[in-house]
Amino acid sequence: MANLTPELEKERRKIMKIAQDVGLDFYETIFEIVTYDQLNQIAAYGGFPVRYPHWRFGMDYEQLSKSYEYGLSKIYELVINTDPCYAYLMEGNEFIDQKLVMAHVYGHCDFFKNNAWFGPTNTKMMDQMANHATRIRRYMDRFGVEPVEDFIDVCLSLENLIDRHAPYVTKSKQDPNEEVVPQAVERHDGKLKVHKSYMEKYINPPEFVAEQQQKKAEEFRNQVQGVPENPEKDVLKFLMDHAPLAAWQQDVLSIIRAEAYYFAPQGMTKIMNEGWASYWHSRLMTEKIMNDSEIIDFADRHSGTMAMAPNGFNPYKVGIELFRNIEERWNKGQFGREWSECTRLDEKKAWDKKTNLGREKIFEVRKHYNDVTFIDEFLTEEFCVENKLFVYKFNQRTNEYEVDTRDFPLIKKKLLFQLTNFGQPIISVVDANHNNRGELLLAHMFEGIEMQPDYMKATMQNLQKIWGRPVHVATVVDKERVIIGFDGKDFDSVSLDQLPTGS
Amino acid sequence: MGIREDHNRFREIVKGRIKQNFKKYVTQGEMIGRRENEYVKIPIPSIDLPRFKYGPKQSGGVGQGKGQPGDAVDGEQQPGQGQAGDSPGEHTLEADVTIDELAEILGEQLQLPRIEPKGNKRVDSFSNKYTGRAPIGPDNLKHFKSSYKEALKRSIASGSYDPLDPRVVPIKRDMRYRTVKKVSKPAANAVVIYMMDVSGSMGEEQKEIVRLESFWINAWLQKNYKGLETRFIIHDAAAKEVDEKTFFSTSESGGTLISSAYRLCQKIIEKDYNPNEWNIYPFHFSDGDNWSGEDTKHCIQLLKDYFLPRVNQFAYGQVESKYGSGQFLKDLEKSLPGEESLVISRIESKDKIIDSIKDFLGKGK
Repeated sequence: MANLTPELEKERRKIMKIAQDVGLDFYETIFEIVTYDQLNQIAAYGGFPVRYPHWRFGMDYEQLSKSYEYGLSKIYELVINTDPCYAYLMEGNEFIDQKLVMAHVYGHCDFFKNNAWFGPTNTKMMDQMANHATRIRRYMDRFGVEPVEDFIDVCLSLENLIDRHAPYVTKSKQDPNEEVVPQAVERHDGKLKVHKSYMEKYINPPEFVAEQQQKKAEEFRNQVQGVPENPEKDVLKFLMDHAPLAAWQQDVLSIIRAEAYYFAPQGMTKIMNEGWASYWHSRLMTEKIMNDSEIIDFADRHSGTMAMAPNGFNPYKVGIELFRNIEERWNKGQFGREWSECTRLDEKKAWDKKTNLGREKIFEVRKHYNDVTFIDEFLTEEFCVENKLFVYKFNQRTNEYEVDTRDFPLIKKKLLFQLTNFGQPIISVVDANHNNRGELLLAHMFEGIEMQPDYMKATMQNLQKIWGRPVHVATVVDKERVIIGFDGKDFDSVSLDQLPTGS
Repeated sequence: MGIREDHNRFREIVKGRIKQNFKKYVTQGEMIGRRENEYVKIPIPSIDLPRFKYGPKQSGGVGQGKGQPGDAVDGEQQPGQGQAGDSPGEHTLEADVTIDELAEILGEQLQLPRIEPKGNKRVDSFSNKYTGRAPIGPDNLKHFKSSYKEALKRSIASGSYDPLDPRVVPIKRDMRYRTVKKVSKPAANAVVIYMMDVSGSMGEEQKEIVRLESFWINAWLQKNYKGLETRFIIHDAAAKEVDEKTFFSTSESGGTLISSAYRLCQKIIEKDYNPNEWNIYPFHFSDGDNWSGEDTKHCIQLLKDYFLPRVNQFAYGQVESKYGSGQFLKDLEKSLPGEESLVISRIESKDKIIDSIKDFLGKGK
């Protein structure tokens, strides 16, 4: 790893100044030059120089190295969300590439700092990751590599079972002086309301009160006994609190969970983040940074980044186009009630109120939105038509993917579905005392797509390893509602007449 | 850096998985995937970390491009992205394993002894390569690039380098010359000659067995000999030399004269492979049917007089088929008892391939 060369450093200062002038606001950003091998290493580690030891990183590294060596892919840019931001440039890339990457990176850094969804992430994650690595190494020294690694494998296979929205919910602290206590008392005393005090002994005879109190107490106990009280989406947290784990296992699980939460916002804002960075690199490069001789190379790189494979979905492309679209609409005043109620196409086409609010609007959007809300609010029918978006599906008969529809509401629905929970099944802990035998029951909120059965079973085996007792998942298999159970040896499947209909 | 550690661990795990399922890989041809020079692709499903996830075929997605509803979407499955994302892509579940590594696993699993080359006549040939650098030498071997580098180093170190006027003047001390290095090239010193009976009684299944066995035999011998040549002979009533592809795809009908193959094999050895310089491994696979007892006698004579004194090991594998009588194996056993360099193995089914490989290679010859 090396610092920037004097030429690049000069360029970096220039680009930083330009970026600040247009209103981008970022943490200090440190660029380092690395060889392709180092870049692959860092990329395999998710952008960090140090991670805990695990073979999965080695697997990613092998894949990245191979695909680079065979010329299939190449990493141009890597930046991590910390304060200061660290970004890596690959040694040997052309000068124009490095400039483009720097402009792109400043876009990302601005997004990291200002987007609300990144708010709760730990900006000192670099230290945290190194810390995690030390802790895990220490456990490996004490308990042996294999047991710790096996346990990490188990945790990683449950890694996606976190509640991605939990960091943004600040639970209101219960005030002990609030009504909770008197309510509970009232519930317990079991008396009916009496208006006239002399009626008391007739309306509430002692036997009746005693009976009522017992009833209420039982009810209350039943209520409390349900663990968890409400379905818990943060399965990892639940396991940390309730599974029979050794102290070190609990700690390893907490490490995996913390890292999963750290990476979650990046997944939640993929389209926006890449769109925002691409918007700015193209703006800054074409308007301020490039000289004439570089235009062809720039166009080549830029279009390479924006290319969409036939049934691929390129977040760079969709993101940048949406930001441009928003800017244009707000510049021309194409929003608000008047606009949406207008039904004349020619009028809409010529619509220009010269409001010039575009720039302001996109900065606002980058602050408050995530991919789901971004697509939900700004994906328009015109945009889908213009960018030729479609929904594809797998045809069992021809064994091929084929175009399903170009209907706007369906495209939007599909996109939103893919983005919600990152296109992963939503699963929560429903009951930790299933069958009254301390067995764990999870529920899959079924939304029309079944889980991959072999993966599901393998994951359940891992879950069982942590929980110790049998585990169950309520889901849908082959269009039938079932509870799949695994007791450590065998799977069973109980058909349900009524599936607990999620939500 | 840590990644080396992780990478080695990953390779170890891959090897471990292969070892676990080794029998399956040996007996099922399709497990040994596409073969590319020195790499073999092996599907290892259990290496992926399982998750709760949607079945891929059901979910579909949003794409971009031309086409009417109902049209097939062509192209790759994964979006071609130009820039790094924050998540590594979908993992292919195939691991690349070198044939060398496979052979090592084979050796470990079957506890095969290292092969002792015949005599110490490992012929290494030498060639001269001008890869070394030395500060003295003749002018015509002057190496410009390294001389320049030396000069640049010196001028930077001495402070006379000026980036605005980057002229570097080399002096005598900077000059570097190419020097000769002797490179020893181990010559191809082992040859495997495969012979197979392609008469009507050898069916697809029998041939598959031969194909799998020869793959593993090759892998092991290749590990033991730097250069390994392979030759292929097919025979029914007459024998001919073919290339590998034809060897495994030909099926003919007609009678069987095993001696025809042996004679051709003898001819090949006499022409190309001097037994004093080469380690020779003839392998013959058949279902044990021979046309006449006369021909069998002839074969035995050839083995006794020509092959056995000259080759490292002569291997005969009898692939059982419902048409073959299996007589040839019995005849060999009867007429050539206790011959050190003759290995006979009976392969009843695919599951026996492992045992038969062990028979063939277990002697360490």
